[in-house]
Amino acid sequence: MGKTVLDVSHVGMKFNLSKEKVDNIKEYVIKMLKKELHYNEFWALKDVSFKVKQGDRLGILGLNGAGKSTLLKVISGVFKPTEGNVTIDGKIVPLLELGAGFDRQYTGGENIFLYGTVLGYSREFLKEKYEEIVEFSGLGDFIDVPIKNYSSGMKARLGFSIATIVDPEILILDEVLSVGDRRFKKKSLKKIKSMMASDVTVLFVSHNTDQIREICNKAILLEHGKLIAKGEVNEVCDYYEKLIDEEYDIDDLPKSLRKKIKRKQ
Amino acid sequence: MGNVYIQKFISYRHLLAELVKKGIKLKYRRSYLGILWSLIEPLLTMAVLTVVFTKLLGKDAKGLKIPFALYILIGRLMFTYFSTGTKTAMRSIRANGSMIKKVYVPKYLYPLSSTLYTYVIFIISLIDLFAVAIIMGVKPSLYMFQAIIPLILIFFLTFGIGMILATVDVFFRDVEYIWDVVSMLIMYTSAIFYTTRRFEGTFMINIFKFNPLYRLIECFRDSLSGQPLHPYGMLYAALSCMAVVLLGFFLFYKKQDNFILHI
Repeated sequence: MGKTVLDVSHVGMKFNLSKEKVDNIKEYVIKMLKKELHYNEFWALKDVSFKVKQGDRLGILGLNGAGKSTLLKVISGVFKPTEGNVTIDGKIVPLLELGAGFDRQYTGGENIFLYGTVLGYSREFLKEKYEEIVEFSGLGDFIDVPIKNYSSGMKARLGFSIATIVDPEILILDEVLSVGDRRFKKKSLKKIKSMMASDVTVLFVSHNTDQIREICNKAILLEHGKLIAKGEVNEVCDYYEKLIDEEYDIDDLPKSLRKKIKRKQ
Repeated sequence: MGNVYIQKFISYRHLLAELVKKGIKLKYRRSYLGILWSLIEPLLTMAVLTVVFTKLLGKDAKGLKIPFALYILIGRLMFTYFSTGTKTAMRSIRANGSMIKKVYVPKYLYPLSSTLYTYVIFIISLIDLFAVAIIMGVKPSLYMFQAIIPLILIFFLTFGIGMILATVDVFFRDVEYIWDVVSMLIMYTSAIFYTTRRFEGTFMINIFKFNPLYRLIECFRDSLSGQPLHPYGMLYAALSCMAVVLLGFFLFYKKQDNFILHI
């Protein structure tokens, strides 16, 4: 087996949900004096540990609010975990919310350089790949139009084309396979599959278990911020499907998948 | 430890360059004269201030070591840089909130690029200074090279204060309004369009001397008038700039992981 490229160990992420947002000094001081600065502690992730080996394709399952996106943000470095740590070996490309690094006033072409450098590519390299990116995005002459006039599909296409210009070692996909129109969807799926052929490690979040089964070989399942199952993709997917149909309770989890669970009754 | 940070900084230099370029490009997008405004605007305000304050100040405006117009231009250029630099740096974290929430980038790049792009515009506007100095017949001297020192220090002063303000601004928006008022106070204690001569010997002079920006502006004026720098004033300015940068880095570093929860 390959080396471990991603090691998530005992990661916890705590948010303080204050009931009202306090963002000015007056309110802060008043609330502090009245001792009303209450926060609701909320653990979006608690004690999540798993390892991913090179070439593994890990599906991440869970209902809305289970902590999937938080987990991906912790892995990609946007959030710093409250507890535990994440060790990554290799270049990571997060295809999360494509086009997040775009500037609205910039044209598509200028954004290639802006977003490209955000992802850590050099200007010379981007110049070299410019034509290829424009070509893949299929934007044609629109590349010289400010992004604020783009449709969301166009933005996502451009984002996808920039992010996938290099084969990364770790690829994070968050429902991006639903990007753009049918033709681009097909094209992007083909591109992702060709990347997978080249021993890239994939983290893939989706609600669609069919897609997960198709792409992944391993899977984990999150519920209320806790990792409740990890293992082979089919086993975890089967369990997840049953869980959704509410035939299963968490206690019926097959022994082979069961993790230590401390669940609030 | 330090090595890791330097390596990271080097790997993000392309992004820094891109952010600086973006700041300059977008500032002048859709204006016909574009970057030329950074040359025209200081000259116009210099003209207005010179006319008004030559009358108001009377004999105070004469007998300076450099022409009064040049005296005003130096003060105005340096204060404008300080003011716009700190303001854009202050808002930089909030302005780039959507990016910070989605992709990992070392966060200090935002206040740094804001201070840098306004600095580039400031350096370009120094062309005015040369032009006015030549027209006014200021004699060239080797002492003029001393001007590099206040030019470097003002960058650090602006960056340090920008980092402090950016950190506070994430948690308390009020600081944007407070800073407007404080900037005005700093402007009046920087002696931009008047001289401190009438305050000599009174307590008021200490307020000017306490203000590092005033010290930097004075250093610049001394260099252009062909005088050696005041060593004590220089030292005070340099130390206070360093202190501000250290405090800025410290605060920013302490609080940066919490930014994301508040933007």
